[in-house]
Amino acid sequence: MTIDELYEIGQNFRKQLEGFSAEIHVCCSGGCFSTGGLALKELFEKACAARNISADVRIISTGCIGLCGAGPLVRLFPSETLYVKVQREDVERIVDEHIVGKRVLTELAYPADAPFFAKQQQIALKNMGRIDPESIDDYIAHGGYEALAKAITYYTQDGVILEVRSSGLRGRGGAGYPTGLKWSIVRKVKSTQKYVVCNADEGDPGAFMDRAMIEGNPHAILEGMAIAGYAVGATQGYVYVRGEYPLAIERLKKAIKQAERTQMLGNRIFDSDFNFRVDLRIGAGAFVCGEETALMASIEGRRGQPRPRPPYPSQSGLWGMPTLLNNVETFANIPPIILNGGKWFAGIGTEKSKGTKVFALAGRIANTGLIEVPMGMPLREIIFDIGGGIPDGGEFKAAQTGGPSGGYIPMQHLDIPVDYESLAQVGSIMGSGGLIVVDKTSCMVDLARFFMEFCMDESCGKCIPCRVGTVQLFKILDRMTTGAATVQDLHTLEELCDMVKDTSLCGLGQTAPNPVVSTLHFFRREYDEHILKHECNAGVCEMPALDEPAPVAAAVPAVPAVSAAETVPAAEAPAGKKNGGSKKKST
Amino acid sequence: MSNTEIETAKKAEPKAVDNRFKYLDRALAKHQFRGDALIEVLHTAQELFGFLSQDLLTYISKSLKLPPSKVYGVATFYHFFSLKPKGEHTVTVCMGTACYVKGAGELLAAAEHQCKCKAGETTADGKVSIQSARCVGSCGIAPVVVYDNEVAPVVTPEGITSRLQTWLEAAS
Repeated sequence: MTIDELYEIGQNFRKQLEGFSAEIHVCCSGGCFSTGGLALKELFEKACAARNISADVRIISTGCIGLCGAGPLVRLFPSETLYVKVQREDVERIVDEHIVGKRVLTELAYPADAPFFAKQQQIALKNMGRIDPESIDDYIAHGGYEALAKAITYYTQDGVILEVRSSGLRGRGGAGYPTGLKWSIVRKVKSTQKYVVCNADEGDPGAFMDRAMIEGNPHAILEGMAIAGYAVGATQGYVYVRGEYPLAIERLKKAIKQAERTQMLGNRIFDSDFNFRVDLRIGAGAFVCGEETALMASIEGRRGQPRPRPPYPSQSGLWGMPTLLNNVETFANIPPIILNGGKWFAGIGTEKSKGTKVFALAGRIANTGLIEVPMGMPLREIIFDIGGGIPDGGEFKAAQTGGPSGGYIPMQHLDIPVDYESLAQVGSIMGSGGLIVVDKTSCMVDLARFFMEFCMDESCGKCIPCRVGTVQLFKILDRMTTGAATVQDLHTLEELCDMVKDTSLCGLGQTAPNPVVSTLHFFRREYDEHILKHECNAGVCEMPALDEPAPVAAAVPAVPAVSAAETVPAAEAPAGKKNGGSKKKST
Repeated sequence: MSNTEIETAKKAEPKAVDNRFKYLDRALAKHQFRGDALIEVLHTAQELFGFLSQDLLTYISKSLKLPPSKVYGVATFYHFFSLKPKGEHTVTVCMGTACYVKGAGELLAAAEHQCKCKAGETTADGKVSIQSARCVGSCGIAPVVVYDNEVAPVVTPEGITSRLQTWLEAAS
């Protein structure tokens, strides 16, 4: 395979496409699949066959188009009209009016200039929802594998790394380690064997962008991995996918086979002496395996337990060999960087956080789905413009990022730009990109308990602070939500949070207290109300009525004093006092 | 069932079991009996047999030349592997954050009430198993329930109750 042959495949496929007068792309990923996407595709095929236009219309199932909440989605080309909430009875109408009559059905169409799409900038998601994920030719026709060809034929290994370094790309798995730096470390280590691993163990509940990216455009990840393999000198890659994503596994298997057949993977890629193979490893439901050392243990067929670092995987990883570990989104960003240059990528985003970030919008938000925005976009814009705000007249309470390792961003910080540093400043993290919006119907203490239960169950049990600490933290939070907690519990909770954070072995334990710390910081009033008044504003926690002023009441004046002086920011302090005051009245 | 029918059923059964072991052996050979393929082999075994019995684990440990303790350790470490047989139907309530915020807790409670057993257990008649999942990755259409392999969007407590009722009644 040479570059010319690659272009030829693309050209041939584009010529094929020119033979069609229209294209119907039915989203069959995650959400739309469940709301009947595949059945719609069959109906479209039938409807076209009945009108004898099958040869003129190309009907394919694509990956995620993005607006998952309004599924099933159907996009028609060449007009790029997006039809939302398409029902079975709409199919005939769409074919008659749009395909045959060339009239757009305005009542079903999603406005093209709506902020949901207009405010996005797609790099990693660019081809997703526009190509057939099961066809390598379609990917090549959209510029696929050109970056790999360019990297191998025009760049030296160091040249590729230089390009990635100049792009300023940082790890999209959450921690934000500079990707180029990681690559150059692995490149410098001398070893007979090196590995490239793609972390697709998306355990963070509420995040589904890795799944969508693999299901929607698996070749982009393989291409990114192959470029990484070339740059660092690895010949073997592994993709570690969650077992909960059967369709993603199937698509990846197919993509690997196609890439091998087209000689994009295998021996002597693009007639160079570069060999690269990719194998699939399927996870078995352990959140801790998202941690890099645990993930490698799992690939080696062992229990997914982390080990202390250093040595870092870049020095001693899989089977003791230098290993490059990156997230799905990071790899998906590599081909565009190589094609357009690192400078182009560095021009997007903020000073320290370059490029774009994919977010999975979920929870109490009007437009649930997958979006990609430039770094530094204010959170308010993401939630209220792109996300469409809170549905059913609800009131915004907080946005959660980073899953069980992250924190909550309340109303007063809605205007922060979304980048690695700003999120860390308000006690949250970028995380892998799950963004869950919470309104007044959710209780923050209950949510803290929910995440702690998650961490408690998922703790691998290797180190004591995490194994025992998360259990104790959960028990205290559980007491708070059932009305059995005392004021002392609140102090113990804070102490334990610090202890677990400082002494745990891996990221799971070190970040497990984050949701508690974050809710304590911004919503301490709710904790006080739960403990002192047995009140849950959201009406989530069921607590026995506080009929007699138990010993708890004696400590009432102390609590607002402590909270105001120590941890609660100025804005929250009056709330604490008010709480104490009303408590006195009620007793 | 007549006698001859029982005879044929008896004959058929070991044959079916043998077939499954044949598939398992094929998977073992594909991984060249390497110890580091343990998780892959366990996936295949669970797919074939539905759950990992002790005999099966012993067989795998011998085939891969791994100590039984290690095989057992790995099989119990990961949530995906089940050491107990599952019910005829499985209902999985997603308890991911997005689903939880939209009331997945109520769905699980409704399922547990309807089946009179807790998450992770199977009804007394062995018809329905209840599970809770970390996140099935369909957060855009939360709350989500997986009935066997079918992912149902925006489920209500009434919806899950009526679905389970049909399963439980069809069973009896």
